[in-house]
Amino acid sequence: MANPILETKEVSAWFGKHQAVRGISFSAEPNTINAMIGPSGCGKSTFLRCLNRLHEEVEGARVEGSVLLSKEDIYGQGVDPVAVRRRIGMVFQKPNPFPSMSVFDNVAAGLRLAGIHKRSVLAEVVERSLVQAALWEEVKDKLKQPGTSLSGGQQQRLCIARALAVNPPVLLMDEPTSALDPISTAKIEELLVNLKNDVTIVIVTHNMQQAARISDQTCFFLTGELVEAGETSRIFTNPQDTRTEQYITGRFG
Amino acid sequence: MEVSLQPAAHTTGRLRDRLSFRDFGRKWKNRGMRLLLLVMAIAAIAPLLSVFIYVFQQGGSSLNWSFFSEVPVPVGETGGGMLNAWVGTVTIVLMASVVGIPWGIAAGIYLSEYGKGKLGNVLRFATDILTSVPSIIIGLFAYAIIVVPLKRFSAHAGAAALAVIMVPFVTRTTEELLKLVPNHVREAGLALGLPRWKVVLWIVLRGSAGGIMTGVMLAVARVAGETAPLLFTAFGNRFLSLSLDQPMATLPVQIYTYAISPYEEWHRQAWAGAFVLVIFVFTLNLFTRLIMARRR
Repeated sequence: MANPILETKEVSAWFGKHQAVRGISFSAEPNTINAMIGPSGCGKSTFLRCLNRLHEEVEGARVEGSVLLSKEDIYGQGVDPVAVRRRIGMVFQKPNPFPSMSVFDNVAAGLRLAGIHKRSVLAEVVERSLVQAALWEEVKDKLKQPGTSLSGGQQQRLCIARALAVNPPVLLMDEPTSALDPISTAKIEELLVNLKNDVTIVIVTHNMQQAARISDQTCFFLTGELVEAGETSRIFTNPQDTRTEQYITGRFG
Repeated sequence: MEVSLQPAAHTTGRLRDRLSFRDFGRKWKNRGMRLLLLVMAIAAIAPLLSVFIYVFQQGGSSLNWSFFSEVPVPVGETGGGMLNAWVGTVTIVLMASVVGIPWGIAAGIYLSEYGKGKLGNVLRFATDILTSVPSIIIGLFAYAIIVVPLKRFSAHAGAAALAVIMVPFVTRTTEELLKLVPNHVREAGLALGLPRWKVVLWIVLRGSAGGIMTGVMLAVARVAGETAPLLFTAFGNRFLSLSLDQPMATLPVQIYTYAISPYEEWHRQAWAGAFVLVIFVFTLNLFTRLIMARRR
């Protein structure tokens, strides 16, 4: 763990009085895929949402601890959550392109709202992001069509392109393939492995095979705690904790 | 305990077997209820339909070009029209819309996007009450705070009354429509690093703009036909007036004045006015529905 790009120290999160995440310390090396696995309700999604300060947007929600992005605490004093979210992108479970915006406008949204309006710059970034998200070939003639007119799998890649357009060093993904068919899922998995060269990915998944296939580090969550984290091949072949072993062998969850 | 393995009586036999007497009764009861409900449904729209037919007959035949192009003539003379009234209605409804629509949309945005706490609930409740306050009371309010201090009936006062009637309608429509935008769309905006106000304006509001427009048009159609709040605010005017601080004629008030008058000629014109007003409201509603249908 030489030089982590993202590091959390004792992160806890609450919904009102209910504590969903309990003192999690975790770190991610640059250019890796980090998978969060665990049964439903184990706090892995909530933890993910602490990493870009989205958790605090929920009514009555609270976060403690610190999250360091390249050694800078995103919960530090005077840090604007908006600035944090421009550096840490996010893709959600359900594809959520902006309604009544074209494919082009969806990808350009982040730049436009950050004040970049020059047509040539936008066109270049939109193409680059769509190529990165392996969607360019499919939509290059449909840039003016509404984003919601694409298929589910294409919409999800559109959302990935939208997140990539602002060039974030870290990309968070909350079960990005759980609403998709196997073919779309395979496409996105392949895409993630390629994206590793440009960004560090933290992905929550319900699908253990997915974690085993694509991730470098796997973290197993249970009842809000991080039970075990380590190199993916090690976690799946030689788990240290009996609960991890029970979960990955399918005895619960 | 012995459990019978024999199938129950009604599950045996062929499907084409004769229905029992009880089955027969059930079928007729079903038909009877259905007929009753159909009659009720027709009865519900019958008054509306007859109003339409009557207004079309009476008003259509009294309508002519001079209705739109001329102001009223003195009693006893034939001819003249309601130029003053329709111009007045357009002016006052326009003024009310310019104030009421943005105001209502802004309030709706607050309730939907920020009004989750106690204050939001109080405002939402107050808006609901305001929606059901009789319009004559809103008119009385405008009379008390605008007409009385300025010692003069005016278009301003009428427009103020109509704006106050519009606001709660527009507010609630906006709120309901914004709530239909799924929360994960907002989160997508936030996660992209947009400040909340930009998420609201550029993503949430834009996504439901069509729906809000239809709500706004329905609110405009509603206030265009209001009479009571204009009686003692805009008051009415026999002449074409475009001075906003002077009394101004409006279609509903002029219809009212003409309808209760003893003159045949005025009755004729009142019908023509009613016809125009119905067509106006009807067109707005139809237009709104067309837009909604196209969006789906």
